[in-house]
Amino acid sequence: MRLFFSLLAGIGFGIGLTVSNMVDPMVVLAFLDITGDWDPSLMFVMGGALMVFIPSYYLLKKRMKRPLCADSFFEPTLKEVDQPLLIGAVVFGIGWGISGICPGPALANLSGMNEKIFAFIFTMLIGMMVANWFKRTQ
Amino acid sequence: MMTYIEPLLGGIILGFSALLLLFVNGRIAGISGIVSQSFSFGTGSAWRWMFILGLIIGPFLLRDTKFTLPVIDSAWWMIITGGLLVGFGSVYGSGCTSGHGICGIGRMSKRSIFSVIVFMATAAVTVFIIRHVIGGY
Repeated sequence: MRLFFSLLAGIGFGIGLTVSNMVDPMVVLAFLDITGDWDPSLMFVMGGALMVFIPSYYLLKKRMKRPLCADSFFEPTLKEVDQPLLIGAVVFGIGWGISGICPGPALANLSGMNEKIFAFIFTMLIGMMVANWFKRTQ
Repeated sequence: MMTYIEPLLGGIILGFSALLLLFVNGRIAGISGIVSQSFSFGTGSAWRWMFILGLIIGPFLLRDTKFTLPVIDSAWWMIITGGLLVGFGSVYGSGCTSGHGICGIGRMSKRSIFSVIVFMATAAVTVFIIRHVIGGY
């Protein structure tokens, strides 16, 4: 059951990213190009998602002691802003600004069978392994 | 105005998908976390592989509609450096656009709000430098 709903949530994510145009790096870069020919349309993606998520989260979290198909909520335990959070966000922002691609849209683009997406995902996985190694050795 | 309807609709679908994963499985829909932890094999990671599979077949299901995948033809240096930095930054900073941007802000997490402000600003400055200071891209 849990696996089925994971698949369903993944399909929803893939469809949402495609319908919203987040999968197109050119649209993402136009959204980030505030001083140029700015395309603000992607603000509505986060707006739409939060409009649904925030009220439902607070309503359901109050009523549900645990998720439907799991023993507990696996929510992040860190609460305070720290240095890795800052450094990570800066590095991520530079990479996102260069490519216009973030991890979700990269995977959503896979069925397009584009060699540049394969290369992006490959280098992204290397970056992730390096970050995991950094975190472990610190 | 019509150009805002589709992003809004896409966002609403993303919001419901994130809710589904949290309230059925108890998991945060953060793509960088799901991908980077999916290699720790064992049955504990099966849900991550199913989510990734869904993420890939979702757009494939839309292939005959007007919502098709773009042809990506960015310069190679953008793909390679972008991939490395996005991979490192999202894992070192505990999340990306989905985990911090939707679930984190949605839970009013101080860390996520901070992260999103920082990476949006950094990305905008990066685009400004590449397009308007160096130029040509």
